[in-house]
Amino acid sequence: MLDKPNSYVGRTLSRDAAKRAVAGRGRYTDDIAPARTLHAAFVRSPYGHAKILSIDVEAAKQQPGVTLVMTGAELAEMCTGPWVGTLVCFDGMKSEPQHPMAIDRACWQGEPVVMVVASTRAEAEDAAELVIVEYEELPVVIDKETALDKSTPVIHPDLGDNLAFEKMIETGDVEKAVAEADVVIEDTFTFGRHTAVSLEPRALLAEYDPGTERLTIHTSSQCPHMIQAVFARTLGVPEHNVRIVAPDVGGSFGLKIHTFGDEIAATAAAIKLARPVKFVADRLESFATDIHARENCVKARMAVSKDGIITSLDIDVRSGAGAYSQYPRTSVFEANQILNITGGPYGHENYRATTQVVYLNKVPTSQYRAVGHPIGNTVGESLVDQAAAACNIDPMEFRRRNVMRDDSYPRVSAAGIEMRDMSHQQCLETLVERMSYDALREEQAELRKQGIQRGIGIAAFIKGTAPGPAGYYGAGGAPISSQDSCTIKLEPSGGVICMVGVTDQGQGVDTVMGQIAAATLGVPMESVRVIEGDTDAVPYGGGTYASRATAIGGEATYQAAMTLRAEILEIAGVLLQAEPDTLDILDGHVVDKGDTSSRISLAEIGRIGHFQVAELPNHIQPTLSATHRFRLRDALYIFTNGIQGAYVEVDTDTGFIKLLNHWVIEDCGRVINPQLADEQVRGGCVQGLGGALYEECVYDTAGQLQNATLADYLTPMAGEMPDIEVAHIQTHTGVSELGAKGVGESGTGAAPAVVMNAVNDAIRPFGGKVTAQPMSPETILKALGKV
Amino acid sequence: MKAPKFEYVRAGSRQQALELLDQHGEDGRILAGGQSLMPTLNMRLSQPGTLIDINKIADLSGITLENNVVRIGAMTRHVEVANSPIIAEHLPLIAEAMEHVAHHAVRNRGTIGGSVALADPAAEMPACVLALGATLIVESVKGRREIAADDYFQGLYETARESNELLVEISVPIEKPDDVSVFLELAQRHGDFAMAGLACVARISNRTFEDLRLVYFGSEDKPTIATGAMAAVVGQTWSAACKEAAADALTNDLDPMTNLQGSSEMKLHLQKVLTGRALDAAIERAEAA
Ligand SMILES: Cc1cc2nc3c(=O)[nH]c(=O)nc-3n(C[C@H](O)[C@H](O)[C@H](O)COP(=O)(O)OP(=O)(O)OC[C@H]3O[C@@H](n4cnc5c(N)ncnc54)[C@H](O)[C@@H]3O)c2cc1C
Repeated sequence: MLDKPNSYVGRTLSRDAAKRAVAGRGRYTDDIAPARTLHAAFVRSPYGHAKILSIDVEAAKQQPGVTLVMTGAELAEMCTGPWVGTLVCFDGMKSEPQHPMAIDRACWQGEPVVMVVASTRAEAEDAAELVIVEYEELPVVIDKETALDKSTPVIHPDLGDNLAFEKMIETGDVEKAVAEADVVIEDTFTFGRHTAVSLEPRALLAEYDPGTERLTIHTSSQCPHMIQAVFARTLGVPEHNVRIVAPDVGGSFGLKIHTFGDEIAATAAAIKLARPVKFVADRLESFATDIHARENCVKARMAVSKDGIITSLDIDVRSGAGAYSQYPRTSVFEANQILNITGGPYGHENYRATTQVVYLNKVPTSQYRAVGHPIGNTVGESLVDQAAAACNIDPMEFRRRNVMRDDSYPRVSAAGIEMRDMSHQQCLETLVERMSYDALREEQAELRKQGIQRGIGIAAFIKGTAPGPAGYYGAGGAPISSQDSCTIKLEPSGGVICMVGVTDQGQGVDTVMGQIAAATLGVPMESVRVIEGDTDAVPYGGGTYASRATAIGGEATYQAAMTLRAEILEIAGVLLQAEPDTLDILDGHVVDKGDTSSRISLAEIGRIGHFQVAELPNHIQPTLSATHRFRLRDALYIFTNGIQGAYVEVDTDTGFIKLLNHWVIEDCGRVINPQLADEQVRGGCVQGLGGALYEECVYDTAGQLQNATLADYLTPMAGEMPDIEVAHIQTHTGVSELGAKGVGESGTGAAPAVVMNAVNDAIRPFGGKVTAQPMSPETILKALGKV
Repeated sequence: MKAPKFEYVRAGSRQQALELLDQHGEDGRILAGGQSLMPTLNMRLSQPGTLIDINKIADLSGITLENNVVRIGAMTRHVEVANSPIIAEHLPLIAEAMEHVAHHAVRNRGTIGGSVALADPAAEMPACVLALGATLIVESVKGRREIAADDYFQGLYETARESNELLVEISVPIEKPDDVSVFLELAQRHGDFAMAGLACVARISNRTFEDLRLVYFGSEDKPTIATGAMAAVVGQTWSAACKEAAADALTNDLDPMTNLQGSSEMKLHLQKVLTGRALDAAIERAEAA
C-alpha cells in the first residue's frame, strides 16, 4: 500500500504550517484574546530556599486594574491536594508533596509565591512589585556531589535525606572483567544544567463557564490529554468537562509535556473569577521556572582486551534534580535513561550501572529532548575513543570491532534492554564513506604540520523512542497514555478528516499523519485535513514526546486508514457489483485494480454513504469512519541506532572551537517525509551542539540563577553551526506494519559526544583532554594547561 | 517583563531635548535606538520617569568629513556607520569593528551615540573612539563641551557626561595614510559582546613600531589604554621577543573582571594572545600598504 509508485510515503512535502508561519499567520495561544481576558503575573521567590514568614497583599489589591491577588495557601484550598512526583515503577523513589505555589517555604529561586491577576500584564507586574513577602533565608543545597553528606542540610526534613532515587543494574561480572582486562580506562565526566528555550514560551489561556461547568484551556502543549487529566484532577473538575486545545505551538523540546504550578494558579483564577485568564511566561520566568535538565556527573570505567574488544563497562551517575521531583513525569528519568543506554551500541556482556538522584535548591528537572542520551553517549563514546587510543587502534576500526552485528537481532543489551531491527554496521560503513574517513585523516595530518589543529570525532549511538505501556508512565501510575490513536472519516464531499492524538510543535507531525492517511487511502493530500491538539475533537492519546508521534501515532493512522479503505471498497463493491479485492483506490477514485480505470469517485461514495443510503442494501450501515489505537506490546521502547561524525578545528591559543562538518547516519526505520526527517536530525544536532559548547544554567552558591537571559545563556546560532549531512538507513521496525521508528531526538542524543570526541582528537597531541560540558574556551584552555 | 509606567516625549529639536533633560534631571532618560535601554526597562532594572526620544531630531545624525576630522552625529545608526564610504576610507578601524557589533536587526536601530553614551565595557565603539583619540561633544542648556575620549570613559558604565548633557557628536581625526589599524575580538557567537578584544592603531616603518596605541575592551571595566605594552613595543623591531615583552607588560596594564564568560586569568591570557595577533596583523598590513 505504502510502497506504490508516487506514494506520499517516502516523499518530501513541505509542512502544512510552514506557509502560515512564514506569512505571520500562525495562531499561538497568546494570539487568542477573548473579551474580558485578565492577565496573571507572579511574585516569585528571590531566594534559593527560604521560610515565608508573612505575605502582605493589601497594597497590591488596591492597584488599578487588579482583580485578584492569590497566595499559595488560598490556591491550595481550590486544589484537591499537593502533587507528589513519584511513579511506582521507580522503586523506592521519594518526593516531597508540592503545592502549585509555595505556602510556608520556597525551595528554589523562581518558585511562585503569590499570583496577581489584572486587566493587563503590565498592571499585574506593577501590582506584584507591591506585594510584601517577609522571608527568612534557609541554607541551600546547591552541589549535587555533597548533597548526601551528613554535614549537608536536608531540604525536605520529612524525606530524611536529599536522596530522590537510587538504582543499580548489574549484568555479568564487571570486577572479573576489569581484573582480566589488558586496558582499563577510567574517567569522570560532568554536564551542566540546560533548559529547553523554546521560541514560544509556556503559555496558557483558561476559560471557565459556570453555566456549563466547562473548563477550556488553550495552552502551548505537546500532550493535551495529559494536561486534561492533571488539571482536572488537581482542580477537582471532572475530566470530561475539561477541554484542552493546543493551537500552534512554537517549539517544545520536552518542555511542554510538563505541568507547572503557575499554570494551575492561572486556571484556578479563571474558575474563581469566571473570566478568561492568560498567563504567558516571559523569558526571565522561562529560565527560572521551565524544567531544567542534564546536570549529571558520571564516573565511568571501561575494560578492553588488547585486540580492542570491550569486555565491560561500569558507570556511577550522580544526578542533580531540583527542589521537587517534577509531577507527573518525575525528575529521575534522565538518570534512569543514562543507565539504560550507556555503551548501548556495543556487545559487551558485563555491565554495572548505579545512580543516585539528589534534590537541590534549583529549578525542578525533567525530560528535555533526548533525555539522558547526550550524557550516556558522551560517557560511552569518550571511553571508546580513549580505549582505542590506548590500544593504538583507529577509533573507527575500534567501533567496527565492537558494535552489535546487524545479523544478531533480536538480542538483549548488557543493560537488559531488548534490541531489534538495528544496523550499527551498515551505519558505520556508510559514515566511513560519507565523511571520506581515510582522506579526512590524511588532511588532518597534513594540516597539523602547518600548525592547524583539527579533530575528527565519531560517536555511535542508540536512542530509545516510542516508549511502550509496560515501562514507565502509565504503568508507573501517571495519567499518561502510551498508546495513540486516530479517527479517520470520509466526508460527503470525498474529503477525509483525520483526527490524531499526536500533536505538532513545528516538526510537521500533522503533515506526516496526512501523508500516511493519503497514501493508505489513495487520496490526494489536498483532500485530507488533519486535526490534532484538541481533546474535544481527537481520540485519546499520549501526544508527542519521546520520539513517538510517527512510530505510534503513524501506525494508528495507517491502521485506521486501512479500515476505512476496506469499508469504502466494500461499499464500492456493492455499488459496482464487483469483488472489493478487484478494486483499488487511486487519487480519490475507486479504480479497477488491473487497468486503474476510474469506476466511482470517493465523493460519490461519500454522497451515497451519507445522503443516499437507501441505494445500499439494508445489511450495509456505512460508518465511513474508523478509529484505531496502537501501542507497543512487551517492548520498553523501539530502539533506533546510528552514528555521527564531526570535524572541528581548535584554536589552541584561545580555546575556541570551530565546527567544520557534521555527519549523521541513522536508522529510523521507514522514512515518511525525508526532508522533515532530515531537519529533525539537523535541528536536534544543533540543540546537542548548543549543550556541548555553550549552554548552562549557572547557579551561584546562594542558589541564584546567574544567567536567566538570552544575552547570558548562550544558545547555538546558525552562524556557528556546521553543515550537517544526514543519511538514513531504513531497517523497518517489526513491531508495526508502518515500520517507522522515532527520529526527533537522534541528533541531540549523540551530537555532544561526537563534538567532544572531535575536540579531544584535536588536542590529544598536546596532552589535552576535556571531560566537562559545556566546553567553553576556558575549559579548553585549562585542558591545554594554558590557564 | 513589561516596563513600568513612564512618560514619553518625542523631542522635535535639539533645544527641546536639552530643555527636557534639564527639567527632568536624573529622572529623564534619552531614548536613541532603544536596543540597550528597552531591555533594561522591560526587565525593570531601571525605572526612569520620562523618556526623551531623540530619533526625530534631524541634525543629530549623519557623517561628514571636514578638515581631516570625521564628524558622526550621535543618532547615526550602526548600519549607517557600517555602510558609510567616509568611514570605510578614513576610519577603517571603525569599519572593521562594526562587523562585530551585534546583528543586523540591532544595528538597524542601535546608534553610535547610544553605544558611546552607555559605555558598555565590552562594546566595540567606545574602544574605537578611544583608540582613535576622538572627541565627544556634549551639550546642555548651559552650552557645549568637548571631552577628549581619554577623559570620557571613567568606569563601569560611567562617563564624564553629566546627566543633563546630551551627547551630540563624535568627532574622530581620520587615520593617517601611513598608519595601520587592526581590530580583533573574541566572542563565542558572532555578534555577542566581546569576551576579549582590542583596537590597535600603529605607525610602522621597516617592521619597527614608531607609534602605537592599544586599547582593550571586554576584560576591564572600561576601554583601557595599555601604556606598558605600548612602551614595550614602540621603538622596537617586531620579533618574537618583542611579542613576549608586550604580553608580559600587559599583566600590569590590565586587571580583567571575572564574569560568566571566564576568569580574570583566562581573559588576560586571551588579551595577550590577541595582542600578538594584532601586532602581527599590523606588520602584515604595513608591509602590504
Ligand atoms: C542582542 C543584542 C546584541 C548586542 N550586541 C552588541 C555588541 O556586540 N556590541 C555593542 O557595542 N553593542 C551591542 N548591543 C547594543 C547595541 O549596540 C546598542 O544599540 C547600543 O549599545 C546602544 O545604542 P542605542 O542607540 O540602542 O541606545 P539606547 O538603548 O537608546 O540608549 C542606551 C543608553 O544611552 C543613553 N543615550 C543614548 N543616546 C544618547 C545620547 N545621544 N546622549 C546621551 N545619552 C544617550 C540612553 O539614555 C540609555 O541610557 C547589542 C544589543 C542587543 C539587543
